[in-house]
Amino acid sequence: MSINYSERIPNNVNLASDRTLQRALEHWQPRFIEWWNEMGPQFGGNDVYLRTAIGVDVEGWASYGRVKMPDYRWGIFLADQDPARTIGFGDLLGQPVWQQVPGEFRAQFRRLIVTQGDTEPASVEQQRLLGLTCPSLYDLRNLFQVNVEEGRHLWAMVYLLHAYFGRDGREEAEELLSRHSGDVDKPRILGTFNEPIDDWLSFFCFTYFTDRDGKYQLKSLAESAFDPLARTCRFMLTEEAHHMFVGETGLSRVVRRTLELMKEQNTDDPASIQCAGGIDFPLLQRYLNFWFTSSLDLFGSEVSSNAATTFANGIKGRPDEGLYTEHVCLDASYELTVPDDANSTRIEQVPLRNAMNEVARGAYVKDCEMGMKRWNMMIKRAGVNVVLTLPSTQFRRGIGSWANIPTDLQGRRISEAAYAEGLTLWLPSEPDRAHVKSLMQRVVTPGKMAGWIAPPDRGINNMPIAYEYVQL
Amino acid sequence: MNAVLQASTPTNYVLYDRSPDSYAHWRVSYEGSVATLAMDVAEDKGIKPGYKLKLNSYDLGVDMELYDVLQRIRFEHPEVSVVVLTSMKERMFCSGANIYMLGLSSHAWKVNFCKFTNETRNGIEDSSLHQGLRFLAAVNGTVAGGGYELALACDEILMIDDRSSTVSLPEVPLLGVLPGTGGLTRLIDKRRVRRDLADVFCTTSEGVRGDRAQQWGLVDHIARPQQFKDATAARIQALSAAAPRGAAGQGITLTPLTRVIDDGGLHYVQVDVSLDRAARTATITITAPDTAGPVDVVGIHAAGAAWWPLAMARELDDAILLLRLNELEIGTWILKTRGKASVVLEIDAIIAANARDWFVAETVGMLRRTLARLDVSSRTLFAIVDQDSCFAGTLAELLLAADRSYMLQLPDTPEEAPHITLSAANFGRYPMVNHQTRLLTRFCGETAPVAAAKARVGEAVDAGAALALGLITFAPDDIDWAGEVRIAVEERASLSPDALTGMEASLRFGGQESMETRVFGRLSAWQNWIFIRPNAVGEHGALKVFGTGSKAQFNWERV
Repeated sequence: MSINYSERIPNNVNLASDRTLQRALEHWQPRFIEWWNEMGPQFGGNDVYLRTAIGVDVEGWASYGRVKMPDYRWGIFLADQDPARTIGFGDLLGQPVWQQVPGEFRAQFRRLIVTQGDTEPASVEQQRLLGLTCPSLYDLRNLFQVNVEEGRHLWAMVYLLHAYFGRDGREEAEELLSRHSGDVDKPRILGTFNEPIDDWLSFFCFTYFTDRDGKYQLKSLAESAFDPLARTCRFMLTEEAHHMFVGETGLSRVVRRTLELMKEQNTDDPASIQCAGGIDFPLLQRYLNFWFTSSLDLFGSEVSSNAATTFANGIKGRPDEGLYTEHVCLDASYELTVPDDANSTRIEQVPLRNAMNEVARGAYVKDCEMGMKRWNMMIKRAGVNVVLTLPSTQFRRGIGSWANIPTDLQGRRISEAAYAEGLTLWLPSEPDRAHVKSLMQRVVTPGKMAGWIAPPDRGINNMPIAYEYVQL
Repeated sequence: MNAVLQASTPTNYVLYDRSPDSYAHWRVSYEGSVATLAMDVAEDKGIKPGYKLKLNSYDLGVDMELYDVLQRIRFEHPEVSVVVLTSMKERMFCSGANIYMLGLSSHAWKVNFCKFTNETRNGIEDSSLHQGLRFLAAVNGTVAGGGYELALACDEILMIDDRSSTVSLPEVPLLGVLPGTGGLTRLIDKRRVRRDLADVFCTTSEGVRGDRAQQWGLVDHIARPQQFKDATAARIQALSAAAPRGAAGQGITLTPLTRVIDDGGLHYVQVDVSLDRAARTATITITAPDTAGPVDVVGIHAAGAAWWPLAMARELDDAILLLRLNELEIGTWILKTRGKASVVLEIDAIIAANARDWFVAETVGMLRRTLARLDVSSRTLFAIVDQDSCFAGTLAELLLAADRSYMLQLPDTPEEAPHITLSAANFGRYPMVNHQTRLLTRFCGETAPVAAAKARVGEAVDAGAALALGLITFAPDDIDWAGEVRIAVEERASLSPDALTGMEASLRFGGQESMETRVFGRLSAWQNWIFIRPNAVGEHGALKVFGTGSKAQFNWERV
């Protein structure tokens, strides 16, 4: 199959004259389309109002138009190269960045890129049935925008594998299409990405919390001494912002709608809100508890030799490394609260380099709190006495010092029994899920919203909310 | 021949070049079919400062001369059938490696020294086995440690029985190290000394006198001082009578190598070594001649040291030795070839057709030992089969000696792609030190893949076929080639040099063991471990305090 590269695949990597990439893509591109048709959202025949990146400048990265998803022009874009860029952290601070993968770090880079790349198609697979229960055409379009961009992020990682890792890289790129979310025999690499997302409340939580983890991973990799990786990730971050926007505005609209229902029904009784077809705040809080804590483990262990190695060698920095004043971090230490033997906690000093996962997690948690503040403000302004909160980072962890240590939502240690009982109150219950599922009725009249969610403040790209974002 | 190349001597390299007119430590005499090598070590002529080579003890310099003597016997003296090793010193045959030298040397120097001395002793046995050159150790005085190990490498040991001279391996009780030049292994493997007696012998610092030595099988014959000369003559006679070697005719003079050493590497006529210090790699390129050269014995003899197989082997041998001793940080050797495979195959056929000639046979021996030296070198070996390469027959052995190989594939222009061609030379001419071919060793003793390869003898196989036959590791195409090879080499260079040495040595010699593999794989490995332990080289270690009167202080933990 021959491809008119510059037409079919918008790029700024000189694809038209790069034999290595052409050859790799000739094989991979048809397999990707096959995968998309099989594992991606159904609706391949419908026109969707989508944003396509056709360049990296202000005008190029967001070009809007109606397009059928399988015809979406998945492109390959790296942020512009800074020829003077030097390594910004670790033992090699100040040395020129690398334009090739040094053989010494081949394995680490490959693992990082494959792990990052694996999450992108995984989330498309997780979300593939959501289109059937969309709360509005506006939301349906946002879902597809997220999907095609996850697809493009897969392309971005595959580009790195194809361009810099030779035969190994091509094999890994194939594997990214052959693992499937939830497939018992060939699951996706990270556990969270094997859980289906079959309701829209979960989708908004996922884009708010889990995609935000992705944002912080990309920020770390955007600091990398391997310049093509750093540039790729910097450009991906511009798109990732939209996914977070979907999450934040989605949850925000749920909060607003719930406040409306509480006012209409003049009640704060959860059961009454549910009867009225809404999502009550205690239920929302349980969803937030679940998704926030599910995302925490993605940052890895609090104390990690891997993190120290990748930082020391310039492979992966801290998110927003430029905000720090000291970039070598050789003698610094970090205070960790860890469980002790006496059912309590103690402070442990660990070398800062080993605590880089925790540093990234800390920045992530702060970022998560921003949206919470806005929602709580909205709730307060409505005169409702409810505060949505994030659980402690010690709660419900599967990795790290707090793995399998029973705590309450505030991270205080409790007994196994109390924990088991607490979980039934703190996490979504079967009735919760059943209720949410019952709300998932498809609404596809342009401008109309499902009853559990408020309309957005404005449409996409200055189009009206009632615009027919997806032609069904 | 490249006329630009001039013999040159760099300032900082330790060189192996030796010649008979300037031996400092050996008196060599030729009488008919007998060569006598009398050890007469000059105390003040150690290769490095800081120690005196007393009591016929030796260092690397003494062994370099021994190696040169042996090479000249092989090539310049075809008439020799028996080599007698003896001593010029009064009542002292050889006291072994110089202890003060060992105490002063870096770990790497010690290991290099032991490897080279091991190879030289293996070479003695190799010449006996393959060329029928017999060796008699005429031990005319006390023999200790490395001195006895040298005697052990000979076919026979005749020892003087003067009621005072002793034979001993005192390394364990006296020095806290091992008789590491094959001593322990040859005792049991070659001389078949019972292990309990060997245990007693190796822990008795004063050693044993002639009669018990003979009784225990440590020596073959003993003779009183009065009879020693006659006994030596008798043993020479007996060995000579049964020795297949001893040809009439002129020897081949081993002319000095043409070699330039500069910042870029080592440059010979057939062999070029280009160094990349930043990458810590040496690219060793072997060039085949334009034509196969002489086809018959007369022509081959006339070519002499310039005959390509010998010239190439000597240059490669020298390059290996120099790199091992002088370029410790160059951890990866990239093996390449240049030239026409057809010429290499023609030469292989010429060797086969003239195999009965002593010079051709000695040249094969030189190639065999040089390839074996490559096998035991503690460097990563990557073979690169690229365009214009000629990994065929004898040169394909380099490919088979490598830890990994990369062969270029050119799907669009297959006519320009490199090929590999096996010849009969790959099926027995150059056994490894495990006495098996590299092919059989490569396939872990499995005969089916060897047979499959044999069925393709003479056929130029491309990367796809070579991959299918298991002759190469990877076959990237032209698009991938540069990146794949670069990443592989860079990644390799970043790994622990110690772990790589251990890993490569373990993987290179699968299957059948031999005395030599046990020497390199067990004895040397243990010796090298002991050499870095504080009990040997710590401040109060046995090697360090030797001769000071102080007693070694050991950490008594058994590890």
